[in-house]
Parts: sequence; structure tokens; C-alpha cells
Amino acid sequence: MSNPTHLQYTKEHEWLTAAEDGVSTVGITQHAADALGDIVYVQLPEVGDTVTAGETCGELESTKSVSDLFSPATGEVTEVNQAVIDEPALVNSEPFEGGWLFKVRVEATDEMLDADAYTALTHG
Amino acid sequence: MSLRHTALDALHRSLGATMTDFAGWDMPLRYGSEREEHLAVRTRAGLFDLSHMGEITVSGPQAGELLDHALVGFISALGVLRARYTMICREDGGILDDLIVYRTAEQEYMVVANASNAQVVLDALTERAAGFDAEVRDDRDAYALLAVQGPEANGILTSVTDADLPGLKYYALLPATVAGRQVWLARTGYTGEDGFEIFCAPADAEHLWQALTEAGADQGLVPCGLSCRDTLRLEAGMPLYGHELSTDLTPFDAGLGRVVRFDKTTNGGEFVGRKALEEAAAQAEVNPPRKLVGLVSEGKRVPRAEYTVVSADGEPIGRITSGSPSPTLGKPIAIAYVDAAHAAPGTAVAVDVRGKHEPVEVVALPFYKRAR
Repeated sequence: MSNPTHLQYTKEHEWLTAAEDGVSTVGITQHAADALGDIVYVQLPEVGDTVTAGETCGELESTKSVSDLFSPATGEVTEVNQAVIDEPALVNSEPFEGGWLFKVRVEATDEMLDADAYTALTHG
Repeated sequence: MSLRHTALDALHRSLGATMTDFAGWDMPLRYGSEREEHLAVRTRAGLFDLSHMGEITVSGPQAGELLDHALVGFISALGVLRARYTMICREDGGILDDLIVYRTAEQEYMVVANASNAQVVLDALTERAAGFDAEVRDDRDAYALLAVQGPEANGILTSVTDADLPGLKYYALLPATVAGRQVWLARTGYTGEDGFEIFCAPADAEHLWQALTEAGADQGLVPCGLSCRDTLRLEAGMPLYGHELSTDLTPFDAGLGRVVRFDKTTNGGEFVGRKALEEAAAQAEVNPPRKLVGLVSEGKRVPRAEYTVVSADGEPIGRITSGSPSPTLGKPIAIAYVDAAHAAPGTAVAVDVRGKHEPVEVVALPFYKRAR
């Protein structure tokens, strides 16, 4: 699998887009989605919530396990992806596209990795 | 301790399987989507590597009497080439393991234990064999085990064997030639579907896997891992050791008292655990302990093993033993031990899912039963 080079990554396997008008999109990587298996339920923060970089902001539930979703950024949530709430399998099939999770008005971010560093981390 | 590998290990890796440590074995968890593997078994067919299961051969003039003494079932009454689901218990009635016993000859049986308990079962059988004219042999390394399960299993097997499949009943077995190799072919399984389990020499496992894969290609046979095996057995309401069964429970606690055969005529009717099990049976009659029930959720969050079951008033009334999204039903399901007062199908209860009470309904097991 290849990790898109235009994204930034956390060690917790989230990705973050470069901000547009101060807002970035958050998702989880293909690596994380594959490791979780079929995702059956996602619990996301709500629009207007403030999330904090490195802290839990939701849950991803797969057939076999429940995993915390960590926010890669601090800021106000401006939008959540209703499509993945309705169809959690989108996170497995399109983790970098239709399976995005939420958008955040970024005030600060966690320590981020570029695609090469993230790939090295997960294939190291 | 390093993980043990089955004879099919290289093949699993070539298929891109996600592997997992299961009872000391490095086993395939899934090859792609566990949901798709599950649905393939329900609608077409799936191929499993179950070589981690523990085979123990018990043979000799008193093999049947030994098993009648050591297990809770009436094993000597089993016909040759038939199989039975049974359990091995401690003196105090606690369940050491649940087993399938195959009678392979007049004086020979193959006991199949769970991988996690195989050594415990082997040790117990060896100890309990004292005084019987019978031999207990560790055959764990002598067999690999493949399973073909699903509505197309019969057709797939037919194309690679001359064995009399129409004559092979559920819970029976045959010595057979499959794809040119000598095997024990059993009509047993753990998925709720029709299917076969194939006990073969480890050296033949890869050849058989490839032959079955080719034979099943047009029927939509797919390789299946342990993840879907668990959701399949859960839908079929089948217990799993370490979840529904444990040394803290008797077969009566688990709602499986029917496997205990007090009517044995061998050994003067005595067997290991008899006294404790009689007490457990009497107790279950007058004051049933917690009962094993099914739970179905209308929500999306999954009740998982060890979560607390609560009444409509929020009082703890039991615990979940297994829970998962059900691919067949399209909603979360669980098996739980709940207080008898709340065990009637239709009762509205809830599960504490990480702090939030999710409503669920008690249903009778199994969740899924195939049309016959």
C-alpha cells in the first residue's frame, strides 16, 4: 500500500490534510484500517466539539475489537462524515478518500510524520 | 515460547493471510474481509485450516470403557464410524474441555480437543487410563485438519472423492481417498452449515488444500480464517471454550446438561465428576443458575465478551461471553449468562457498552439455523 505524499501522519495512524482556510480533514490510514479488519461502527466527535491533539475523540469498532480514535490536531470540529457513520465499511475501502472521518479548524497539531517517515514506521 | 506453524503455513502467507497467535499457534485470522468469508460459508463454501486442533488416539480392548470413565458421555455406546460431542470434566464437575470423539474402529477412538486444552486433555486421559487395558497416544503431530463448510461443500467434495457422501450422515466419518490421498473424512463442523472435516497426514495438507481450492473455484469457495469461524459458530449458538465454557462451570451451568450421561452401564456407572454433576443436575432442576441466552441489539455498538448485562432497571444481571456483529443478521449479537428471571426470550435488557446502556433483547439460541 502507498501512503499519499500530500498528507501528514501520526504514529497513531491518523492522517491530516494541509489546511484550507484553516480547516484540515482527518482520517485513518490504510495500514490502520487493514489492521482493524471490517469496521462496523464509528463514533465521531460532533460539529462544534473541541478536540485535542493526541487525545481520544471517538471510537472505531471492528468485528473483533474496539479502538480509540485519536485526534491529530487541536481545534473545533467543523464537519463530520455522515457517509462513514451510515456505512463504516467505507473506512476499509477508501481510507484516504470517501472514508475520511471529520474536519477540524486547526489550532495546533501533534508531532506529524511525512509519508516516507510514516511508511518507514509501519514497514520498519 | 515460539509459535507453532501448521503444514499450510507457507500457503497462508502466499495467500496474504493476516496471521494471529491462537493458543500458541500462528494461525490465519483472515485472508481478506472476514465478513465476506463469513457470508461465503453461509451461501457457498469456505476452506479452513484447523490443524491446531489436538488429536488424541485412544485404542485397545477397554478404550470405550476408559472414555466412559474419563468423559461425561456414553462413548462405548457410540457406533463405529460415528462421532459425538462431549466434555471432559474434573471431579468437581468443572469443564476441562469440550470434545468431539470419533469412533474410528471397534477398539479405537480419536478424541479431538481444543488447541488451548490439548495438553490438559492428553494429561487427564493418560492419568485416567490407569487400570484400563487401553493406550492413550498423542497424535497432534500425526494429523493436519482441513474443513470445507457451506451449502456447496457436498458438491465440491464429490468432485474430488469416490467416497459415499450421500451415505455419510451428520456426525459420522469414513476412511476415504480425497484427491488421491488417504484421509479420515468426517461430516462435522463448527459453522452451522453442512460440511466436512478432513484429517490428513501433514505432508498431504498442501496438496489437499490446492485440490479443494481448484474443485471449489466455480462454486465460489474461499479460504477462511479464525475470525469468521468465530462469528459463524456464534450465530449457530455453539459454545467456545474459554468463553461459554470453563473450569468454573459445569455442563449444567452451561445449559448443556444433556451431554452428561448418567445412564452409562460400564464401570458400574461411575465416571470422573459423577457425584458433583448429579448435584449440579439437581440444583439446575429446582433453582436454575444463570442461563445461557442470546442477545440481539438494534443498535450498532457491539456487546463484547466480559461486558455486564443489566436489567431494564439498570441492575447487573449477567455477563456477555461472546459478542460480535452478525454478518448474516446485519446486527450485533451476543451470548450471555443472565439470571434465570431475565432469561425468557423477548425480555428487554441492556448491555453496559463502555459506560452506556445499549438496549438488547433476549432471544433463544441459535441465532441462525440453516434450512435443511
